[in-house]
Amino acid sequence: MSALTPTLAVLEFHLIGYRRTWRGSVFSSFLLPLLTVLSFGVGVGAYVDSGIDGVPYLDWIIPGLIASTAMQVAMMESTWPVLSRFEWVKTYFSQAAAPLRISDILGGQLAFTLLRVLLTAAAFLLVAAGFGTLHSAWAPATLLLVLLVGAAVALPTIAFSASIHSDSYLALLFRVAVIPMSLFAGVFFPVESLPDALRWLAYVSPLWHGVDLCRAVTLGVAPAWSVTGHLLYLAAWVAVGWLLAHARFRRRLIG
Amino acid sequence: MTASNDHALIHARGLRKRFGDFTAVDGIDVDVPRGEAFGFLGPNGAGKSSTMRMVACVSPPTGGTLRILGMDPLRDGPAIRARLGVCPQLDNLDPELTVRENLTTYARYFGIPRRVARQRADELLDFVQLADRSGSKVEPLSGGMKRRLTIARALVNQPELVLLDEPTTGLDPQARHLVWERLFRLKQQGVTLVLTTHYMDEAEQLCDRLVVMDAGRIAAEGSPRDLITRYSTREVVELRFPTDSQQDFAGKLTGLGERIEVLPDRILLYADDGDAALAQVQLRGLEPTSVLVRRSSLEDVFLHLTGRTLVD
Repeated sequence: MSALTPTLAVLEFHLIGYRRTWRGSVFSSFLLPLLTVLSFGVGVGAYVDSGIDGVPYLDWIIPGLIASTAMQVAMMESTWPVLSRFEWVKTYFSQAAAPLRISDILGGQLAFTLLRVLLTAAAFLLVAAGFGTLHSAWAPATLLLVLLVGAAVALPTIAFSASIHSDSYLALLFRVAVIPMSLFAGVFFPVESLPDALRWLAYVSPLWHGVDLCRAVTLGVAPAWSVTGHLLYLAAWVAVGWLLAHARFRRRLIG
Repeated sequence: MTASNDHALIHARGLRKRFGDFTAVDGIDVDVPRGEAFGFLGPNGAGKSSTMRMVACVSPPTGGTLRILGMDPLRDGPAIRARLGVCPQLDNLDPELTVRENLTTYARYFGIPRRVARQRADELLDFVQLADRSGSKVEPLSGGMKRRLTIARALVNQPELVLLDEPTTGLDPQARHLVWERLFRLKQQGVTLVLTTHYMDEAEQLCDRLVVMDAGRIAAEGSPRDLITRYSTREVVELRFPTDSQQDFAGKLTGLGERIEVLPDRILLYADDGDAALAQVQLRGLEPTSVLVRRSSLEDVFLHLTGRTLVD
């Protein structure tokens, strides 16, 4: 039995639960990008004559939308479902009673989340390719980047969800973190257009780094920061997020 | 790593659990040999569940020695848990999965191959009489069915030691009896059972030996019969006098039986021969409004040892 076997057993549990809802989620994975492309590309894009960075507005926002969708899927899977597995259904407690370690329980949760992120981003990327918005042979690398973005936002969110006892805090999290990040992290317009204070918020958020990298690979342009800098910054979110989530899980499950 | 002290599946000396300033378990000594059905009895807050969590290796002891299957829970947690079955106080089944999937997914946590897991799930569903609900979701099941499914899940790894935290709390009498009957069958198969309960009839039905816990300590230990002999009389006479006059009549009963306990609604007269004691009551010209002569039960022991004051 390899060291990963118990983590895979936890992933298997999540996948068997997912079997009941996957059809709906695959449908919306395609529908959402399609509607977005139509509204922004055809609707808003018609008013942005000049384009940005020498490409049409739609092509410019597509990588941002993919990164932002990855973040949203990662956060959805890391909020109510995680809270429920501690507070309502108590799945994690049943897992902790089996010969699993905290890292298996957390790892299985994360693996499932990343799989959902990957599938959603892949659907988006297919739609984007269908509309001819990808300009570089590096575009498939988007799928690796969304995994990094997904882990960078999922882990701290899991840590947060494992620290609270009521879902009213989750609504707050979406208001103070998800919505501002979606709006100001360079998805819809370059962060350079923002006043300094807000621009720094964008730089701090993990999403902007993901957006900038995704844009670089779909458009074949140089990112605003060094690639290594972006990757290290996101990796730092993953590492700190894992430590926090692991500590919160331990505190809740083993007391 | 193999059990050095194999005859004692649970071995605790001076076991302690503190949460901040609160001491939940205050230095208990317990030995549970293989094949025994052992009970932790006590009122709410006595430290039963905290003890069970330490035995289940999901709560590190604050002090004392604890060996489960001869191993150290702090170091060998996963290896011990691989050989335990745990039925928690509150069901934590997955409502989205089917009855059978709840067992097969859980089996995978123990590294059991899928094919074996499916086969074992079917056997266990037969055992807990849920085979006909195999494909249904968990949500609509009754409390008794869910509890049986939780017990089946605890058996999926063919454990040597099964921990049951209040296994029949909240179940109706039919459901309780079915659970007892299944647990008794497990016991006959040689599985070691450790349970907590505050139902005295449950302890008398299932336990070979038990400890009564109170405020984190062990107040008494022995077989149900031992404890009744030691802490109570063979029989109890329950005498009811008109409301609010129990205290007056109690004075008139002095010298009868071994012990008298006055409750707001009745008087308990502890005596080895209940009928003889009752005859003496009547000889003194006392006419209670109702009389019940019964055998002493573990409940009498329990209330004697832990008091009648409500804990929470």
